[in-house]
Amino acid sequence: MANTHVIRDATCTFCGCVCDDMHLTVDEDTHKIVKAENACVLGRAWFKEHGVEERPYALVEGREATTEQGIDAAARILADARFPIIYGLSDTTCEAQRHAVAIADIIGGTIDTTTSVCHGPSGIAFQDVGEATATLGEIRNRADLLIFWGGNPAESHPRLFTRYTVTAKGMYVPNGRKDRTVVLVDVRRTPSAAVADIFLQVKPRRDFEVLWALRALVRGRRVDPSIEKVTGIALATLEDLAARMKSCRFGVMLFGMGLTMTRGRHFNSGALLALASDLNKFTHFVAKPVRGHGNVTGADNVVSWQTGFPFGVNLSRGYPRFNPGEFTTVDVLSRGDADAALIIAADPASNFPQPAIEHLRRIPVIVLDPKSTHTSQLAKVAITTASYGISVGGTVYRMDDVPLTLRPALPSPYPSDESVLKAIKERVSKLIGGNRMPAMERVAAAA
Amino acid sequence: MSETMILIGGRTSSQGTSVCAGKFGAEYVNVSSTLEMNADDMARLGLKDNDSVRVSSATGQIVARCKGRAVKDLPSGVVFIAYGPLSSALMDGDTAGSGMPLSKSIDVQIEPVI
Repeated sequence: MANTHVIRDATCTFCGCVCDDMHLTVDEDTHKIVKAENACVLGRAWFKEHGVEERPYALVEGREATTEQGIDAAARILADARFPIIYGLSDTTCEAQRHAVAIADIIGGTIDTTTSVCHGPSGIAFQDVGEATATLGEIRNRADLLIFWGGNPAESHPRLFTRYTVTAKGMYVPNGRKDRTVVLVDVRRTPSAAVADIFLQVKPRRDFEVLWALRALVRGRRVDPSIEKVTGIALATLEDLAARMKSCRFGVMLFGMGLTMTRGRHFNSGALLALASDLNKFTHFVAKPVRGHGNVTGADNVVSWQTGFPFGVNLSRGYPRFNPGEFTTVDVLSRGDADAALIIAADPASNFPQPAIEHLRRIPVIVLDPKSTHTSQLAKVAITTASYGISVGGTVYRMDDVPLTLRPALPSPYPSDESVLKAIKERVSKLIGGNRMPAMERVAAAA
Repeated sequence: MSETMILIGGRTSSQGTSVCAGKFGAEYVNVSSTLEMNADDMARLGLKDNDSVRVSSATGQIVARCKGRAVKDLPSGVVFIAYGPLSSALMDGDTAGSGMPLSKSIDVQIEPVI
Protein backbone atom coordinates (compact mmCIF):
# COMPACT_ATOMS: atom_id res chain seq x y z
CA MET A 1 0.00 0.00 0.00
CA ALA A 2 1.30 3.39 -0.98
CA ASN A 3 2.47 5.81 1.67
CA THR A 4 0.33 8.88 1.28
CA HIS A 5 -0.52 12.01 3.17
CA VAL A 6 -3.09 14.74 2.56
CA ILE A 7 -2.51 18.49 2.40
CA ARG A 8 -5.83 20.13 3.18
CA ASP A 9 -6.99 23.51 1.88
CA ALA A 10 -4.15 23.85 -0.59
CA THR A 11 -4.44 26.46 -3.34
CA CYS A 12 -4.67 25.77 -7.06
CA THR A 13 -2.78 28.36 -9.11
CA PHE A 14 -3.81 27.32 -12.61
CA CYS A 15 -6.29 30.13 -13.24
CA GLY A 16 -7.34 33.38 -11.59
CA CYS A 17 -10.02 31.69 -9.46
CA VAL A 18 -7.13 30.49 -7.24
CA CYS A 19 -9.40 28.00 -5.47
CA ASP A 20 -8.08 27.50 -1.94
CA ASP A 21 -10.11 24.44 -0.97
CA MET A 22 -7.98 21.73 -2.60
CA HIS A 23 -7.34 18.55 -0.61
CA LEU A 24 -4.22 17.04 -2.17
CA THR A 25 -3.20 13.42 -1.67
CA VAL A 26 0.55 13.03 -2.04
CA ASP A 27 2.15 9.68 -2.84
CA GLU A 28 5.37 9.77 -0.87
CA ASP A 29 6.94 6.95 -2.87
CA THR A 30 6.46 8.41 -6.34
CA HIS A 31 6.56 12.07 -5.19
CA LYS A 32 3.39 12.83 -7.07
CA ILE A 33 0.02 14.34 -6.27
CA VAL A 34 -2.32 11.44 -6.98
CA LYS A 35 -5.61 13.08 -6.06
CA ALA A 36 -6.85 16.66 -6.00
CA GLU A 37 -10.23 16.74 -4.28
CA ASN A 38 -12.45 19.69 -5.24
CA ALA A 39 -10.30 20.50 -8.29
CA CYS A 40 -11.89 21.19 -11.71
CA VAL A 41 -10.65 19.49 -14.87
CA LEU A 42 -7.93 22.13 -15.28
CA GLY A 43 -6.87 21.92 -11.64
CA ARG A 44 -6.65 18.13 -11.77
CA ALA A 45 -4.33 18.37 -14.80
CA TRP A 46 -2.30 21.12 -13.09
CA PHE A 47 -1.61 19.01 -10.00
CA LYS A 48 -1.15 15.75 -11.90
CA GLU A 49 1.35 17.13 -14.41
CA HIS A 50 3.40 19.30 -12.07
CA GLY A 51 5.31 16.64 -10.24
CA VAL A 52 9.04 17.09 -9.82
CA GLU A 53 10.63 16.43 -13.22
CA GLU A 54 14.28 15.61 -13.71
CA ARG A 55 15.69 18.57 -15.57
CA PRO A 56 19.09 20.29 -15.54
CA TYR A 57 19.35 22.88 -12.79
CA ALA A 58 20.33 25.35 -15.46
CA LEU A 59 21.34 25.53 -19.10
CA VAL A 60 23.84 28.20 -20.11
CA GLU A 61 24.21 28.45 -23.90
CA GLY A 62 22.81 24.93 -24.11
CA ARG A 63 25.29 23.40 -21.65
CA GLU A 64 24.21 22.00 -18.29
CA ALA A 65 25.19 24.21 -15.37
CA THR A 66 24.47 24.70 -11.70
CA THR A 67 21.85 27.14 -10.50
CA GLU A 68 24.64 29.42 -9.25
CA GLN A 69 26.31 29.42 -12.68
CA GLY A 70 22.95 30.24 -14.25
CA ILE A 71 22.46 33.11 -11.80
CA ASP A 72 25.93 34.48 -12.54
CA ALA A 73 25.42 34.30 -16.32
CA ALA A 74 21.99 35.95 -15.99
CA ALA A 75 23.37 38.76 -13.83
CA ARG A 76 26.15 39.49 -16.31
CA ILE A 77 23.70 39.72 -19.22
CA LEU A 78 21.48 42.15 -17.28
CA ALA A 79 24.41 44.23 -16.05
CA ASP A 80 25.73 44.64 -19.60
CA ALA A 81 22.38 45.44 -21.23
CA ARG A 82 21.42 49.01 -22.15
CA PHE A 83 17.66 48.51 -22.61
CA PRO A 84 16.70 45.25 -20.89
CA ILE A 85 13.13 44.10 -20.34
CA ILE A 86 11.70 41.89 -17.59
CA TYR A 87 8.50 40.08 -18.53
CA GLY A 88 6.09 37.38 -17.34
CA LEU A 89 5.50 37.06 -13.58
CA SER A 90 1.87 35.91 -13.63
CA ASP A 91 2.73 32.33 -12.64
CA THR A 92 4.91 33.03 -9.65
CA THR A 93 4.50 34.37 -6.14
CA CYS A 94 4.22 38.00 -5.06
CA GLU A 95 7.46 37.48 -3.12
CA ALA A 96 9.24 36.67 -6.40
CA GLN A 97 7.52 39.52 -8.25
CA ARG A 98 8.87 42.13 -5.84
CA HIS A 99 12.46 41.00 -6.51
CA ALA A 100 11.82 41.30 -10.26
CA VAL A 101 10.70 44.92 -9.80
CA ALA A 102 13.79 45.59 -7.72
CA ILE A 103 16.01 44.19 -10.50
CA ALA A 104 14.26 46.45 -13.05
CA ASP A 105 14.97 49.40 -10.75
CA ILE A 106 18.65 48.49 -10.35
CA ILE A 107 19.32 47.96 -14.06
CA GLY A 108 17.14 50.87 -15.21
CA GLY A 109 15.08 48.50 -17.31
CA THR A 110 11.48 47.95 -18.33
CA ILE A 111 9.18 45.68 -16.34
CA ASP A 112 6.01 44.30 -17.84
CA THR A 113 3.76 41.36 -17.03
CA THR A 114 1.45 39.08 -18.98
CA THR A 115 -1.29 41.54 -18.07
CA SER A 116 -0.26 43.58 -21.10
CA VAL A 117 -1.48 40.76 -23.39
CA CYS A 118 -4.42 39.82 -21.14
CA HIS A 119 -6.48 42.52 -19.44
CA GLY A 120 -3.93 45.29 -20.06
CA PRO A 121 -6.56 47.23 -22.03
CA SER A 122 -8.90 46.87 -19.04
CA GLY A 123 -6.10 48.28 -16.86
CA ILE A 124 -5.99 51.29 -19.17
CA ALA A 125 -9.79 51.57 -18.97
CA PHE A 126 -9.71 51.46 -15.15
CA GLN A 127 -7.54 54.57 -15.23
CA ASP A 128 -9.87 56.29 -17.69
CA VAL A 129 -13.27 55.28 -16.30
CA GLY A 130 -12.82 53.84 -12.80
CA GLU A 131 -14.13 50.57 -11.51
CA ALA A 132 -17.36 49.68 -9.71
CA THR A 133 -16.09 46.55 -8.10
CA ALA A 134 -16.77 43.70 -5.66
CA THR A 135 -15.11 40.56 -4.39
CA LEU A 136 -16.18 37.15 -5.63
CA GLY A 137 -17.58 36.57 -2.14
CA GLU A 138 -19.96 39.53 -2.52
CA ILE A 139 -20.97 38.32 -5.96
CA ARG A 140 -21.58 34.81 -4.65
CA ASN A 141 -23.73 36.05 -1.79
CA ARG A 142 -25.65 38.83 -3.52
CA ALA A 143 -25.72 38.79 -7.33
CA ASP A 144 -29.12 38.05 -8.86
CA LEU A 145 -28.09 39.11 -12.38
CA LEU A 146 -24.88 37.68 -13.84
CA ILE A 147 -23.68 38.83 -17.24
CA PHE A 148 -20.65 37.07 -18.73
CA TRP A 149 -19.28 39.10 -21.61
CA GLY A 150 -16.61 37.95 -24.07
CA GLY A 151 -15.47 34.96 -22.08
CA ASN A 152 -15.94 31.23 -21.81
CA PRO A 153 -15.55 30.35 -18.11
CA ALA A 154 -16.92 26.84 -18.65
CA GLU A 155 -13.61 26.04 -20.32
CA SER A 156 -11.20 28.64 -18.94
CA HIS A 157 -12.39 29.06 -15.30
CA PRO A 158 -14.75 26.14 -14.61
CA ARG A 159 -15.25 26.78 -10.89
CA LEU A 160 -16.16 30.42 -11.41
CA PHE A 161 -19.64 29.08 -12.19
CA THR A 162 -19.94 26.59 -9.36
CA ARG A 163 -18.01 28.24 -6.53
CA TYR A 164 -18.77 31.93 -6.95
CA THR A 165 -21.54 32.64 -9.42
CA VAL A 166 -24.08 30.58 -11.35
CA THR A 167 -24.93 27.63 -9.12
CA ALA A 168 -23.41 28.85 -5.84
CA LYS A 169 -25.90 29.43 -3.02
CA GLY A 170 -25.41 32.67 -1.12
CA MET A 171 -26.76 34.71 1.76
CA TYR A 172 -29.21 36.73 -0.38
CA VAL A 173 -29.56 34.12 -3.14
CA PRO A 174 -30.27 31.06 -0.98
CA ASN A 175 -31.60 28.98 -3.86
CA GLY A 176 -28.48 29.47 -5.96
CA ARG A 177 -29.19 29.03 -9.66
CA LYS A 178 -32.95 29.57 -9.20
CA ASP A 179 -32.35 33.01 -7.70
CA ARG A 180 -30.08 34.23 -10.47
CA THR A 181 -30.57 35.29 -14.08
CA VAL A 182 -27.57 34.41 -16.23
CA VAL A 183 -26.70 36.17 -19.50
CA LEU A 184 -23.86 35.32 -21.88
CA VAL A 185 -22.67 37.72 -24.58
CA ASP A 186 -20.19 36.32 -27.08
CA VAL A 187 -19.34 35.97 -30.73
CA ARG A 188 -19.36 32.16 -30.49
CA ARG A 189 -21.91 29.91 -28.80
CA THR A 190 -19.38 28.34 -26.43
CA PRO A 191 -19.98 25.60 -23.83
CA SER A 192 -20.68 28.45 -21.37
CA ALA A 193 -23.96 29.11 -23.20
CA ALA A 194 -25.37 25.97 -21.59
CA VAL A 195 -25.70 27.75 -18.22
CA ALA A 196 -27.21 30.94 -19.63
CA ASP A 197 -30.87 31.94 -19.55
CA ILE A 198 -30.18 34.46 -22.29
CA PHE A 199 -27.48 34.19 -24.96
CA LEU A 200 -26.65 37.22 -27.11
CA GLN A 201 -24.55 36.30 -30.13
CA VAL A 202 -22.91 39.56 -31.15
CA LYS A 203 -21.25 40.07 -34.52
CA PRO A 204 -17.43 40.04 -34.40
CA ARG A 205 -15.89 43.47 -33.59
CA ARG A 206 -19.25 44.94 -32.52
CA ASP A 207 -19.10 44.67 -28.71
CA PHE A 208 -18.51 48.39 -28.30
CA GLU A 209 -21.63 49.24 -30.30
CA VAL A 210 -23.74 46.86 -28.16
CA LEU A 211 -22.35 48.32 -24.94
CA TRP A 212 -22.91 51.91 -26.09
CA ALA A 213 -26.47 51.12 -27.16
CA LEU A 214 -27.11 49.63 -23.70
CA ARG A 215 -25.73 52.79 -22.10
CA ALA A 216 -28.18 54.83 -24.15
CA LEU A 217 -31.12 52.57 -23.29
CA VAL A 218 -30.27 52.59 -19.59
CA ARG A 219 -30.37 56.40 -19.71
CA GLY A 220 -33.72 56.35 -21.49
CA ARG A 221 -32.39 57.49 -24.84
CA ARG A 222 -33.76 56.28 -28.17
CA VAL A 223 -31.77 53.69 -30.10
CA ASP A 224 -32.46 53.13 -33.78
CA PRO A 225 -33.66 49.63 -34.72
CA SER A 226 -30.82 49.47 -37.26
CA ILE A 227 -28.64 48.47 -34.29
CA GLU A 228 -29.61 44.90 -35.14
CA LYS A 229 -28.03 45.13 -38.58
CA VAL A 230 -24.82 46.52 -37.06
CA THR A 231 -24.48 44.20 -34.05
CA GLY A 232 -26.62 41.15 -34.78
CA ILE A 233 -28.74 41.84 -31.65
CA ALA A 234 -32.35 43.01 -31.99
CA LEU A 235 -33.33 46.29 -30.33
CA ALA A 236 -36.07 44.50 -28.36
CA THR A 237 -33.47 42.11 -26.92
CA LEU A 238 -31.27 45.03 -25.86
CA GLU A 239 -34.25 46.83 -24.33
CA ASP A 240 -35.12 43.70 -22.37
CA LEU A 241 -31.54 43.37 -21.10
CA ALA A 242 -31.36 47.06 -20.16
CA ALA A 243 -34.62 46.68 -18.18
CA ARG A 244 -33.26 43.60 -16.38
CA MET A 245 -30.04 45.45 -15.55
CA LYS A 246 -31.91 48.40 -14.05
CA SER A 247 -34.34 46.29 -12.05
CA CYS A 248 -32.01 43.67 -10.55
CA ARG A 249 -30.94 43.93 -6.90
CA PHE A 250 -27.22 43.27 -7.45
CA GLY A 251 -25.90 42.98 -10.97
CA VAL A 252 -22.45 42.01 -12.17
CA MET A 253 -20.67 41.93 -15.51
CA LEU A 254 -17.77 39.49 -15.59
CA PHE A 255 -15.83 40.22 -18.75
CA GLY A 256 -13.15 38.35 -20.61
CA MET A 257 -10.60 38.87 -23.30
CA GLY A 258 -13.27 38.79 -25.95
CA LEU A 259 -13.36 42.51 -25.24
CA THR A 260 -9.67 43.28 -24.82
CA MET A 261 -8.16 41.26 -27.65
CA THR A 262 -10.39 42.53 -30.41
CA ARG A 263 -11.08 45.77 -32.23
CA GLY A 264 -11.70 48.49 -29.67
CA ARG A 265 -9.56 46.94 -26.90
CA HIS A 266 -9.56 49.43 -23.97
CA PHE A 267 -12.54 51.28 -25.45
CA ASN A 268 -14.56 48.07 -25.12
CA SER A 269 -13.53 47.55 -21.49
CA GLY A 270 -14.11 51.25 -20.82
CA ALA A 271 -17.62 51.10 -22.31
CA LEU A 272 -18.49 48.13 -20.09
CA LEU A 273 -17.08 49.80 -16.97
CA ALA A 274 -18.97 53.01 -17.80
CA LEU A 275 -22.18 51.00 -18.24
CA ALA A 276 -21.67 49.45 -14.79
CA SER A 277 -21.15 52.93 -13.30
CA ASP A 278 -24.24 54.27 -15.08
CA LEU A 279 -26.36 51.47 -13.62
CA ASN A 280 -25.54 52.53 -10.06
CA LYS A 281 -28.05 55.35 -10.53
CA PHE A 282 -30.72 52.64 -10.47
CA THR A 283 -29.35 49.68 -8.50
CA HIS A 284 -26.12 48.11 -7.31
CA PHE A 285 -23.99 47.04 -10.26
CA VAL A 286 -20.35 45.96 -10.48
CA ALA A 287 -17.92 44.79 -13.15
CA LYS A 288 -14.91 42.50 -12.84
CA PRO A 289 -12.41 41.28 -15.42
CA VAL A 290 -12.03 37.50 -15.36
CA ARG A 291 -8.30 37.07 -14.96
CA GLY A 292 -6.27 34.26 -16.46
CA HIS A 293 -3.09 32.92 -14.93
CA GLY A 294 -2.95 32.08 -11.23
CA ASN A 295 -1.23 35.21 -9.94
CA VAL A 296 -1.60 37.72 -12.74
CA THR A 297 -3.64 39.87 -10.36
CA GLY A 298 -0.76 39.67 -7.88
CA ALA A 299 1.58 40.92 -10.59
CA ASP A 300 -0.66 43.97 -11.11
CA ASN A 301 -0.74 44.57 -7.37
CA VAL A 302 2.99 44.18 -6.76
CA VAL A 303 4.07 46.27 -9.75
CA SER A 304 1.51 48.95 -8.79
CA TRP A 305 2.54 48.92 -5.17
CA GLN A 306 6.22 49.31 -6.04
CA THR A 307 6.12 51.63 -9.08
CA GLY A 308 2.67 53.23 -9.03
CA PHE A 309 1.66 51.57 -12.32
CA PRO A 310 0.33 48.07 -13.05
CA PHE A 311 2.38 46.97 -16.11
CA GLY A 312 4.50 48.37 -18.94
CA VAL A 313 6.76 50.38 -16.61
CA ASN A 314 10.13 51.78 -17.65
CA LEU A 315 12.74 52.80 -15.07
CA SER A 316 15.60 53.96 -17.33
CA ARG A 317 15.33 57.57 -16.14
CA GLY A 318 15.59 56.53 -12.52
CA TYR A 319 11.85 56.93 -11.93
CA PRO A 320 8.87 54.91 -13.17
CA ARG A 321 7.14 55.81 -16.42
CA PHE A 322 4.02 54.01 -17.64
CA ASN A 323 3.14 53.99 -21.30
CA PRO A 324 1.31 51.08 -22.91
CA GLY A 325 2.38 50.77 -26.53
CA GLU A 326 5.83 52.06 -25.67
CA PHE A 327 6.93 50.03 -22.64
CA THR A 328 4.75 46.95 -23.13
CA THR A 329 6.64 43.84 -24.14
CA VAL A 330 5.07 43.09 -27.53
CA ASP A 331 5.91 46.64 -28.61
CA VAL A 332 9.41 46.74 -27.11
CA LEU A 333 10.27 43.45 -28.84
CA SER A 334 8.46 44.04 -32.14
CA ARG A 335 10.27 47.37 -32.52
CA GLY A 336 13.57 45.62 -31.82
CA ASP A 337 14.36 47.86 -28.84
CA ALA A 338 15.29 45.45 -26.05
CA ASP A 339 18.86 44.17 -25.97
CA ALA A 340 18.21 41.53 -23.27
CA ALA A 341 15.18 39.89 -21.71
CA LEU A 342 14.52 38.23 -18.36
CA ILE A 343 11.41 36.07 -18.66
CA ILE A 344 9.87 34.67 -15.49
CA ALA A 345 7.24 31.91 -15.68
CA ALA A 346 5.94 32.84 -19.12
CA ASP A 347 6.34 31.59 -22.66
CA PRO A 348 6.25 34.52 -25.08
CA ALA A 349 8.00 32.47 -27.76
CA SER A 350 4.84 30.40 -28.11
CA ASN A 351 2.16 33.05 -27.73
CA PHE A 352 3.56 36.42 -28.88
CA PRO A 353 3.23 37.89 -32.36
CA GLN A 354 5.84 36.67 -34.81
CA PRO A 355 7.87 39.94 -35.03
CA ALA A 356 8.31 39.89 -31.24
CA ILE A 357 9.44 36.25 -31.25
CA GLU A 358 11.93 37.00 -34.03
CA HIS A 359 13.52 39.69 -31.86
CA LEU A 360 13.70 37.32 -28.88
CA ARG A 361 15.83 35.06 -31.08
CA ARG A 362 18.28 37.93 -31.67
CA ILE A 363 18.95 38.94 -28.06
CA PRO A 364 20.22 37.16 -24.93
CA VAL A 365 17.21 35.75 -23.11
CA ILE A 366 17.14 34.48 -19.51
CA VAL A 367 14.25 32.20 -18.52
CA LEU A 368 13.06 30.96 -15.13
CA ASP A 369 10.53 28.15 -15.55
CA PRO A 370 9.77 24.73 -14.03
CA LYS A 371 9.23 23.25 -17.50
CA SER A 372 10.89 23.28 -20.89
CA THR A 373 9.10 25.82 -23.10
CA HIS A 374 9.50 27.39 -26.51
CA THR A 375 11.12 30.37 -24.75
CA SER A 376 13.51 28.27 -22.67
CA GLN A 377 14.62 26.58 -25.89
CA LEU A 378 15.76 29.87 -27.41
CA ALA A 379 17.18 31.22 -24.14
CA LYS A 380 20.86 31.81 -23.50
CA VAL A 381 20.28 31.06 -19.83
CA ALA A 382 17.47 28.77 -18.66
CA ILE A 383 17.15 28.19 -14.92
CA THR A 384 14.83 25.46 -13.65
CA THR A 385 12.71 26.59 -10.73
CA ALA A 386 10.14 24.88 -8.53
CA SER A 387 6.42 25.20 -9.29
CA TYR A 388 4.60 27.75 -7.16
CA GLY A 389 1.69 26.42 -5.17
CA ILE A 390 2.93 22.85 -5.60
CA SER A 391 6.49 23.07 -4.29
CA VAL A 392 6.76 26.72 -3.28
CA GLY A 393 4.76 28.67 -0.71
CA GLY A 394 4.04 32.36 -0.71
CA THR A 395 1.26 34.77 -1.59
CA VAL A 396 -0.97 34.99 -4.64
CA TYR A 397 -3.91 37.25 -5.47
CA ARG A 398 -7.25 35.92 -6.62
CA MET A 399 -8.80 37.70 -9.62
CA ASP A 400 -10.79 39.92 -7.25
CA ASP A 401 -7.62 41.25 -5.56
CA VAL A 402 -7.97 39.03 -2.49
CA PRO A 403 -4.53 37.74 -1.35
CA LEU A 404 -4.27 34.04 -0.47
CA THR A 405 -1.54 31.90 1.04
CA LEU A 406 -0.10 28.89 -0.78
CA ARG A 407 0.29 25.53 0.92
CA PRO A 408 2.91 23.56 -1.03
CA ALA A 409 2.57 19.78 -1.15
CA LEU A 410 5.68 18.40 -2.85
CA PRO A 411 9.28 19.18 -1.89
CA SER A 412 11.42 20.08 -4.91
CA PRO A 413 15.19 19.97 -5.43
CA TYR A 414 14.90 23.12 -7.52
CA PRO A 415 14.99 26.63 -6.04
CA SER A 416 12.02 29.01 -6.02
CA ASP A 417 11.74 31.93 -8.44
CA GLU A 418 11.99 34.14 -5.38
CA SER A 419 15.37 32.80 -4.28
CA VAL A 420 16.81 32.88 -7.83
CA LEU A 421 15.60 36.43 -8.46
CA LYS A 422 16.91 37.58 -5.09
CA ALA A 423 20.33 36.13 -5.96
CA ILE A 424 20.29 37.73 -9.43
CA LYS A 425 19.32 41.05 -7.83
CA GLU A 426 22.22 40.93 -5.40
CA ARG A 427 24.70 39.83 -8.08
CA VAL A 428 23.58 42.52 -10.55
CA SER A 429 23.74 45.19 -7.88
CA LYS A 430 27.31 44.15 -7.10
CA LEU A 431 28.31 44.13 -10.78
CA ILE A 432 26.83 47.58 -11.43
CA GLY A 433 27.82 49.01 -8.06
CA GLY A 434 24.33 49.93 -6.81
CA ASN A 435 21.66 51.29 -9.12
CA ARG A 436 22.55 52.03 -12.72
CA MET A 437 22.87 55.73 -13.43
CA PRO A 438 19.74 56.93 -15.27
CA ALA A 439 20.15 57.26 -19.02
CA MET A 440 19.78 61.08 -19.10
CA GLU A 441 22.40 61.51 -16.40
CA ARG A 442 24.75 59.25 -18.35
CA VAL A 443 24.34 61.51 -21.38
CA ALA A 444 24.96 64.61 -19.25
CA ALA A 445 28.03 63.05 -17.60
CA ALA A 446 29.47 62.08 -20.99
CA ALA A 447 28.95 65.65 -22.25
CA MET B 1 -10.60 28.76 -53.96
CA SER B 2 -10.00 30.93 -50.90
CA GLU B 3 -12.15 33.08 -48.65
CA THR B 4 -11.48 35.93 -46.23
CA MET B 5 -12.56 35.19 -42.65
CA ILE B 6 -11.98 36.47 -39.11
CA LEU B 7 -9.77 34.28 -36.91
CA ILE B 8 -10.42 34.20 -33.17
CA GLY B 9 -7.85 32.64 -30.86
CA GLY B 10 -8.91 31.41 -27.44
CA ARG B 11 -8.73 28.88 -24.68
CA THR B 12 -10.35 25.46 -24.54
CA SER B 13 -10.51 22.78 -21.85
CA SER B 14 -8.29 20.41 -23.78
CA GLN B 15 -5.78 23.17 -24.47
CA GLY B 16 -5.72 23.95 -20.74
CA THR B 17 -5.21 20.36 -19.65
CA SER B 18 -2.67 19.52 -22.36
CA VAL B 19 -0.58 22.61 -21.65
CA CYS B 20 -0.01 21.23 -18.14
CA ALA B 21 1.47 18.08 -19.66
CA GLY B 22 3.82 20.21 -21.75
CA LYS B 23 3.78 22.27 -24.91
CA PHE B 24 5.77 19.68 -26.82
CA GLY B 25 3.31 16.87 -26.07
CA ALA B 26 1.25 15.35 -28.89
CA GLU B 27 -2.07 16.43 -27.40
CA TYR B 28 -1.13 20.10 -27.06
CA VAL B 29 0.29 20.15 -30.59
CA ASN B 30 -2.89 18.53 -31.88
CA VAL B 31 -5.23 20.83 -29.96
CA SER B 32 -3.41 24.01 -30.93
CA SER B 33 -3.33 23.11 -34.63
CA THR B 34 -7.05 22.43 -35.05
CA LEU B 35 -9.08 25.12 -36.78
CA GLU B 36 -12.81 25.18 -36.00
CA MET B 37 -15.01 26.34 -38.85
CA ASN B 38 -18.69 26.81 -39.54
CA ALA B 39 -19.96 23.58 -41.18
CA ASP B 40 -21.62 25.48 -44.04
CA ASP B 41 -18.39 27.35 -44.79
CA MET B 42 -16.54 24.05 -44.83
CA ALA B 43 -19.02 22.52 -47.25
CA ARG B 44 -18.74 25.55 -49.54
CA LEU B 45 -14.97 25.22 -49.57
CA GLY B 46 -15.24 21.46 -50.21
CA LEU B 47 -13.73 20.61 -46.82
CA LYS B 48 -14.48 17.82 -44.38
CA ASP B 49 -13.25 17.18 -40.82
CA ASN B 50 -9.46 16.70 -40.55
CA ASP B 51 -8.75 18.16 -43.99
CA SER B 52 -5.80 20.52 -44.12
CA VAL B 53 -6.35 24.22 -44.69
CA ARG B 54 -3.86 26.97 -45.33
CA VAL B 55 -4.51 30.02 -43.16
CA SER B 56 -2.74 33.23 -44.18
CA SER B 57 -2.64 36.62 -42.50
CA ALA B 58 -0.67 39.76 -43.34
CA THR B 59 1.99 38.45 -40.93
CA GLY B 60 2.32 34.75 -41.60
CA GLN B 61 0.94 31.50 -42.88
CA ILE B 62 0.10 28.18 -41.23
CA VAL B 63 -1.46 24.87 -42.17
CA ALA B 64 -4.06 23.51 -39.74
CA ARG B 65 -6.56 20.67 -39.64
CA CYS B 66 -10.14 21.82 -39.82
CA LYS B 67 -13.07 20.68 -37.71
CA GLY B 68 -16.70 21.55 -38.34
CA ARG B 69 -18.87 23.38 -35.84
CA ALA B 70 -22.63 23.73 -35.93
CA VAL B 71 -23.81 26.77 -37.85
CA LYS B 72 -25.58 28.21 -34.80
CA ASP B 73 -22.43 27.93 -32.66
CA LEU B 74 -19.82 29.49 -34.92
CA PRO B 75 -21.05 32.14 -37.35
CA SER B 76 -20.24 32.01 -41.03
CA GLY B 77 -16.98 33.81 -41.77
CA VAL B 78 -15.49 33.23 -38.31
CA VAL B 79 -12.88 30.57 -37.54
CA PHE B 80 -11.48 29.61 -34.14
CA ILE B 81 -8.13 28.17 -33.04
CA ALA B 82 -6.81 27.40 -29.55
CA TYR B 83 -3.87 29.59 -28.55
CA GLY B 84 -0.47 28.18 -29.44
CA PRO B 85 2.45 28.58 -31.80
CA LEU B 86 0.23 28.43 -34.89
CA SER B 87 -2.12 31.22 -33.81
CA SER B 88 0.93 33.20 -32.79
CA ALA B 89 2.43 32.89 -36.26
CA LEU B 90 -0.54 34.80 -37.69
CA MET B 91 -0.49 37.65 -35.17
CA ASP B 92 0.82 41.09 -36.04
CA GLY B 93 3.11 42.95 -33.62
CA ASP B 94 1.26 46.27 -34.00
CA THR B 95 -0.74 47.00 -30.84
CA ALA B 96 -2.05 50.43 -31.88
CA GLY B 97 -0.36 51.93 -28.83
CA SER B 98 -2.15 49.64 -26.38
CA GLY B 99 0.34 46.85 -25.72
CA MET B 100 -2.21 44.30 -26.89
CA PRO B 101 -1.98 42.56 -30.25
CA LEU B 102 -5.27 41.62 -31.91
CA SER B 103 -5.27 37.89 -31.20
CA LYS B 104 -9.05 37.59 -31.40
CA SER B 105 -9.62 39.58 -34.53
CA ILE B 106 -7.22 38.57 -37.31
CA ASP B 107 -8.22 38.86 -40.96
CA VAL B 108 -7.16 35.63 -42.65
CA GLN B 109 -7.42 33.93 -46.02
CA ILE B 110 -8.61 30.33 -45.82
CA GLU B 111 -7.94 27.86 -48.61
CA PRO B 112 -7.98 24.08 -48.80
CA VAL B 113 -4.61 22.34 -49.13
CA ILE B 114 -4.96 20.03 -52.06
